[in-house]
Amino acid sequence: MAELHLPATLLPLFRDLPRRVEVEAATVGEALALLEERWPGLRDRLCEPGPELRRHIHVYVDRERAGLGTALGPRSRVDVVTAISGG
Amino acid sequence: MPKTMLLVGTRKGCFLVESDDRRAWDVRGPFCEGWPVYHAVYDPASQTIYAAAASEWHGVAVWRSSDLGETWELSSEGLSHGDGGLRLSKISTIAAAHGRLLAGGEASGVFESRDGGRSWALKSTLDAHPAAKDWNDPSKQPPGHLGVSAIIPHAHEPARFWVIVQGYSLFETTDDGATWTPRNDGLRADWPRDYEDVGFCVHKLVVAPTDLDRMYQQNHCGVHRSDDGGRSWTEISEGLPSDFGFAAAVHPHDRDTFYVVPLDPGHARCMPEGRAAVWRTRDAGDSWQRLDRGLPQHNAYLGVLREGMAIDTHDTPGVYVGTSTGQVFASADEGDSWREVASYLPAIASVEVATVE
Repeated sequence: MAELHLPATLLPLFRDLPRRVEVEAATVGEALALLEERWPGLRDRLCEPGPELRRHIHVYVDRERAGLGTALGPRSRVDVVTAISGG
Repeated sequence: MPKTMLLVGTRKGCFLVESDDRRAWDVRGPFCEGWPVYHAVYDPASQTIYAAAASEWHGVAVWRSSDLGETWELSSEGLSHGDGGLRLSKISTIAAAHGRLLAGGEASGVFESRDGGRSWALKSTLDAHPAAKDWNDPSKQPPGHLGVSAIIPHAHEPARFWVIVQGYSLFETTDDGATWTPRNDGLRADWPRDYEDVGFCVHKLVVAPTDLDRMYQQNHCGVHRSDDGGRSWTEISEGLPSDFGFAAAVHPHDRDTFYVVPLDPGHARCMPEGRAAVWRTRDAGDSWQRLDRGLPQHNAYLGVLREGMAIDTHDTPGVYVGTSTGQVFASADEGDSWREVASYLPAIASVEVATVE
């Protein structure tokens, strides 16, 4: 099971969405599709049409910058990060 | 007892500013998780607040609250140009009328919801006009481009409404967005234009509720009046300190009374000489009156954006102005006198007013 760590900014938008989610998925995109099934609308908060990751959403798989097609290992850690600090 | 509610869209969320008597005001918020809110409106038919928002991180969505701000939901289902190449960076404007919602955004598009904002569908990109390739070209867009910056429904005809494409044109449709007609006859542009019928920078359009053929607009170049439903325009800027501004409002009971907030036209785009004022005409633009009683008159370099002024429907209407530095000013006497009712909000993009139970 890959372990996804989600940004805190997502939590208020979806009922009962935890900060850390475990999913059985082969790629980042597949993992987000599984989250979309449980929390409809969530993928739209992270991805644009294409589909591709939103410009200021960065994903790291086992600390390496990743895209939707990046493969996940059985114990991968996936960090989803809001990439700009704002002001 | 009915209360007056201001819906204030800011750079850091939506706020509600409320009063029972239009004298004492309370502020609630921020709502919408602090997302930038470009325009927030109240739909009296569904008793729902809608807020058009765009997060730098999480994209575009329309938030809604059916309990006057106690709880909120958001949706972006269908708010997309799809995979066709245009990207929706923001929803700039939202309008509720005739049992549906219309939203305008950038890249330029009009979206429709018939289920109270739960889902949306792209209605039109107005791309039959050859200028569409220009207004969708990022190299030709101003900073903070809004795309379709306003949608103005007709009061009685659902298939008829107007949209503003920022920097290009006012358009009218009478067939629910199937075809569009530019409505810029008589307007002025102080720059070369590539097209005969568009290339005019319409900032804000308002329609007099007592005479639907009477319209006013604050343009980048002048203030203008129409007496024929937008088919032709006459400039009425003479007497104002600047022909530039963004916001405008028309009296709910008198078609000849109209308000603007003149601004310096350069980069500052704030009130001239640091002295805050709203200007009013009571004779359809033949003459203008400076309204500044209660507004700051020293070092007040305030800006007001295109959706930054609203007027209520009381017998003696109240006028409300929100600034890009976070102040809200309210007048309960048609603009004769003003009070600062919120001082430290985030930068304000929009102010709308509703009477709610």
